[in-house]
Amino acid sequence: MPTDVLLRANEITRRFGGLKAVDNVSLDVARGEVHALIGTNGAGKSTLVNVLAGELAPTSGRVELLGHDVTQWSQPRRARAGLGRTYQRTTIFPRFTVLENCRLAAQARHQRPVALLDAAAACATTLALAHDALARAGIDALAGRMAGSLAHGQKRQLEIAMCLATAPQMLLLDEPLAGMGPEESTRMIELLAALKPGHGMLLVEHDMDAVFRIADRITVMVDGAVLATGAPQDVRDNQDVQTAYLGEALSG
Amino acid sequence: MTVIARALPALIGGLLLAAFPLVGGAFYVDLAATIMILAIFALSLELLVGHTGLVSFGHAAFFGVAAYATVLLSSKTVPPSVLWLLPAAMLVAAACALAVGALSLRTRGIYFIMVTLAFAQMAYYVFHDTRLGGGSDGIYLYVKPALAIGGVTLLDLDARLPFYYATLFALCLTYGFLLLVARSRFGHALAGIRANEQRMRAAGFATYPYKLAAFTLGGALAGVAGFLYAVKDGFVNPEILAWSQSGTVLLMVILGGVGSFRGAVIGALAFVLLKELFQSEAVFGGFTRHWQLMLGLVIIAAVALMPQGIVGLSAQWRARRRARPDVVHAD
Repeated sequence: MPTDVLLRANEITRRFGGLKAVDNVSLDVARGEVHALIGTNGAGKSTLVNVLAGELAPTSGRVELLGHDVTQWSQPRRARAGLGRTYQRTTIFPRFTVLENCRLAAQARHQRPVALLDAAAACATTLALAHDALARAGIDALAGRMAGSLAHGQKRQLEIAMCLATAPQMLLLDEPLAGMGPEESTRMIELLAALKPGHGMLLVEHDMDAVFRIADRITVMVDGAVLATGAPQDVRDNQDVQTAYLGEALSG
Repeated sequence: MTVIARALPALIGGLLLAAFPLVGGAFYVDLAATIMILAIFALSLELLVGHTGLVSFGHAAFFGVAAYATVLLSSKTVPPSVLWLLPAAMLVAAACALAVGALSLRTRGIYFIMVTLAFAQMAYYVFHDTRLGGGSDGIYLYVKPALAIGGVTLLDLDARLPFYYATLFALCLTYGFLLLVARSRFGHALAGIRANEQRMRAAGFATYPYKLAAFTLGGALAGVAGFLYAVKDGFVNPEILAWSQSGTVLLMVILGGVGSFRGAVIGALAFVLLKELFQSEAVFGGFTRHWQLMLGLVIIAAVALMPQGIVGLSAQWRARRRARPDVVHAD
């Protein structure tokens, strides 16, 4: 079992009126581990990610980040403590350059809002973080481009780079492969694999090939609850998972 | 080179304004001063609307509160010093903006527009229905502020030209200050909030304090305009806090081009000149009774034909010229 747990969800429940979108879910993610979260549409994966990120309060349960109980922390505070997230829908700033997208994200760690005389674009600390994040995401050649003019796959890479620019330890990745072609997907999977040492990742993804290639552990959600959790092979062999979800996803 | 080239239009504009009293008569100098005061007002709103994405429909409240503070805090016999009266007026406006912002920034979008409007209407009725500021009749500023050191008067705002140049100085200072804000980390964070607030929160920015700081700053700068307005006219009444005043300044920002400080200044200029034109009996004769109708039609046409405002015209033309060969090609 992993020892260096970065993120732990403890019996999280989230109701919307009468609907239990997330039902008593517990899971953890360790440093150097990719923990994949799979399930059909509406299984509660995104709601769980939103609860973990701090965008939604849980109805009950506890979230721990780097050993702290962060259940009451706002999203920005969790982010500054080392929790990065990406969105299923690309959320880059289209009218900023690629570099400024990352520099602005990095600025979250060095905000100094009252230093009105300093030009943001000349801030050495945040520029260094931004260039480093772009290099790691493999898009440093695009630094001067307008973010809105990038190809879809490049935008997804930028989304990851913006997340990296905030120097997170724990990443919540909501469908990073959404809408990508095979080549783009391969590049993204390589990127995620390269990030694995030093980071913990919770990966929500529908691409089962990608999940089984990269995940160390898999949790399967159905109707808001955990159906199975374990090593990829165990999950693949699990009879409940086969009937509920995987069989049709793999065959279908 | 690019810095100079970018600053050139503003520099030329400033020089033209500085030279204007040499050629313009008293009426036109007063009109130019009014335009500059409204330009400061529009700039303070542009910080919110264009640079932070906060469409406030109650910005006149801070302008008006500062104007009233200027009159109410002034002595009726001795000229008050600009050195404390202006900061005091700005402080009153900023304090009101802090209170209004703290509550209204908990809402978004259309609700934010409505809540800011509601607060401004409250301020309007406070002055309209109480004796605090002379009720609906308004009150007069008997002695205009001055700047004197050791008994020597350096600046007397009662005189036309000193007031004109003091207003020009305030406009340049406000413009320069806002450019500094926009290029700072604070300004870039505001731009990020405007583009995608949720993404900024995910990166680690507590966006509420940022928006509140911008709102308060916008209120304080509107206070500069309110102070100058009260000093210029020597009279304030509740109409300067009315919703139509909030709408007018919003129209100036939109007319000039949302997202650019230059646009706010040009918008104020264009709006006042259009209003003067349609109110001019020499041009429109008896039809000037309907100046609001004509102004309204022109503004509707302007917004429809220039979605990016006056400052966006050149970009709009360039885009059209670039698009044209494609159309030919497609044929």
